[in-house]
Amino acid sequence: MKTNNVILRAVVKLVVYIILTLAVYLFLAGHHSPGGGFIGGLVLAAALVLLFVSFDIETVRSAIPFDFKKVAALGAFTSVMTGFGSLLFGQPFLSQTFAYFDLPFFGKTELTTVTIFEAGVALVVVGVVVTIILSIVEDV
Amino acid sequence: MNNLVVLPMVIPVLAGILFVFFRYQITLQRWISFIVMVGNIGIAAYLLYLNQIEGIQRIDFSGWKPPFGISFVADSFSLILVLITSLVAAICLVYAFSSIGEEREKMYFYSFVNFLVAGVNGSFLTGDLFNLYVCFEIMLLASYVLIALGGEKAQLRESIKYVLINVLSSWFFLVAIAYLYGSVGTLSMAHISERIAEVGQTPLLTVISIVFLTVFALKAGLLLYFWLPGSYSIAPTAVAALFGALLTKVGIYAMFRVFTLFFYHDHSITHTFITVLAALTLIGGSIGAVAYKDIRLIVTYNVVIAVGFILVGLAVATPEALEGSIYYLMHDMIVKALLFLIAGTMIAVTGTTRIDEMSGLIRNYPLLGWMFFIVMLSLAGIPPLSGFIGKVLVGQGAIEAESYILLALAFISSIFVLYSLLRVFLQCFWGETIISSEDEVPMKKGWIIPCAILTIATIVLGLGAEIIFPYVSDAANTLLNPSDYIDAVLTQD
Amino acid sequence: METLTTILTGVLVSVATYLILSRSVLRVILGTAVLSHAAHLLIMSMGKGLKNGEVPILRDGASSYVDPLPQALILTSIVISFAVTAILLVLAYRTYRETGTDNLFELRGFKDE
Repeated sequence: MKTNNVILRAVVKLVVYIILTLAVYLFLAGHHSPGGGFIGGLVLAAALVLLFVSFDIETVRSAIPFDFKKVAALGAFTSVMTGFGSLLFGQPFLSQTFAYFDLPFFGKTELTTVTIFEAGVALVVVGVVVTIILSIVEDV
Repeated sequence: MNNLVVLPMVIPVLAGILFVFFRYQITLQRWISFIVMVGNIGIAAYLLYLNQIEGIQRIDFSGWKPPFGISFVADSFSLILVLITSLVAAICLVYAFSSIGEEREKMYFYSFVNFLVAGVNGSFLTGDLFNLYVCFEIMLLASYVLIALGGEKAQLRESIKYVLINVLSSWFFLVAIAYLYGSVGTLSMAHISERIAEVGQTPLLTVISIVFLTVFALKAGLLLYFWLPGSYSIAPTAVAALFGALLTKVGIYAMFRVFTLFFYHDHSITHTFITVLAALTLIGGSIGAVAYKDIRLIVTYNVVIAVGFILVGLAVATPEALEGSIYYLMHDMIVKALLFLIAGTMIAVTGTTRIDEMSGLIRNYPLLGWMFFIVMLSLAGIPPLSGFIGKVLVGQGAIEAESYILLALAFISSIFVLYSLLRVFLQCFWGETIISSEDEVPMKKGWIIPCAILTIATIVLGLGAEIIFPYVSDAANTLLNPSDYIDAVLTQD
Repeated sequence: METLTTILTGVLVSVATYLILSRSVLRVILGTAVLSHAAHLLIMSMGKGLKNGEVPILRDGASSYVDPLPQALILTSIVISFAVTAILLVLAYRTYRETGTDNLFELRGFKDE
């Protein structure tokens, strides 16, 4: 069944960028204010699902050729490994640390290992949500 | 602080994640899973040894000190269970290698087995009540997948019921945690215990304890076992063995923990409840075990009887009875896995599940037959096999506590166990041989070796009781003296 | 505020109970989803200081803040119930495809054995 959804597609092309920006903002904001990897990941997944809904699956697949199960696994692996990282320094499992760096352009920036952990969480959420949606959709 | 404590949970998780990348390298997955389980045995054994020297081990995640952070606490009771879990999981994996089939192996079977073991180990080790809920859920989610994996009609049908009943019991768990948090304002298990000891076990707290009892009774199959026979008998043999050996035991562990660490002040109410539930479970399980002709159902009702028996120890709560329960718990994990594996092998070689359609298997498979005989004796509690010591200690405890009805029920149930399995033995292994040597299904090495290892384990557990006993007695001692546990967790180091 | 959320919890639980007792698998699954929301609301009302009107974040110069632990518990619990609901939906769908029914009464079993 072909439906003519020009308006949806035109809007989605624009809106997806806004949603992705929001996702990145939420992800980075998570350290001190509400936000974080889980919510950022959910918003990111929402953008992807919107793409899958408005364009067909094959088109989006060819544009984003990831196996989302592996994305989820990669995320989980990253998160668990940050936990193991602290073992190398003789700290309790999952210990995190942070420091301030003077980066060009950004100025004085706080960099933390939690961000890596949160990036893993975000990847898990994206991978899992998209996998669930796709595995139900493809079957129908 | 000892980072080793977290490994029995995290290493299986890591292995499970890695298998997603190596979906089609089945041999690699098999070996890694097996090595992980064997590694866990080593870690648990080392920690158990360390426990005797340095006392209870603990790790605070991210260095957040209890009661604010989440910690893993490894006392002897937890470690004994982790040790046996890893052993049973390793052996069930070996059985799965030759029986589970490539279809399932490619659908991340080994990932989910690893997640299941991670959840079980996490539940045993965690020192935080909410973390216990999370570990329960990890274990249950893995079990949902394992029970439905394969997608046969009967599997899907039973798995829906299994999932729904567990969702409901998890909801009760969450509600109980919410109420407990509302009344004592903390979730660290040691801190809860301390707070309850300070304010005394008020009627409100007793009611909350009954909610917890309901939750764990559903998970362990204590009286509320109506869901258990259907779902455990439908899964593939190796999975059924894992479930039968591990899942109900986690519920039992949680019950032991909660009713010796938190709610031990008002025995007259809480422990009366447990007594009644244990007695009814023994009766119901015994009736079920002799009522059916389907070997899978007979075996699952034997799980129910064992749950009742172990809870007798908690109900009377004397030192001997607790030691007996812990010992019987170890014995039961090994023997139930073995029983499920043997029953599954019998079904695999005969192609039927009904015992009246099997006969004379001992001529075709003598080793299998005699192993079944040993299991039967072990479950019935014949010395020197492992069931004996547990039963004697629980019995001794029951006599001390003067609960003779419970004692009588516990030992009558042993007779029912013996009768139900003897019936299987006489019906299936004795009698006229129906399988001629031409169409005999060849016994695979991968089936008989895991069974043999477990049979040896039950004999060793019985004969080596002298060596194992100090650890069991230490575990019971920690359960009876909550202050040991509290001191180990709440002292800052 | 606590009274209100507790009453709402009760309403959610009764709605969920009604849904769970129906025969259609899909309704039962929706029931479990509503049930988990009821539990989350209960956890929230168990936290101290629901009506402080503050966020659970301790900033410089914050005069009061809400107990953050319930929020953490709820977030974890939402993730878990999300996973469970997802798996239940897929399971129900597969069961429907295999057996051709979504009526729990017909899924009682042992007829085909």
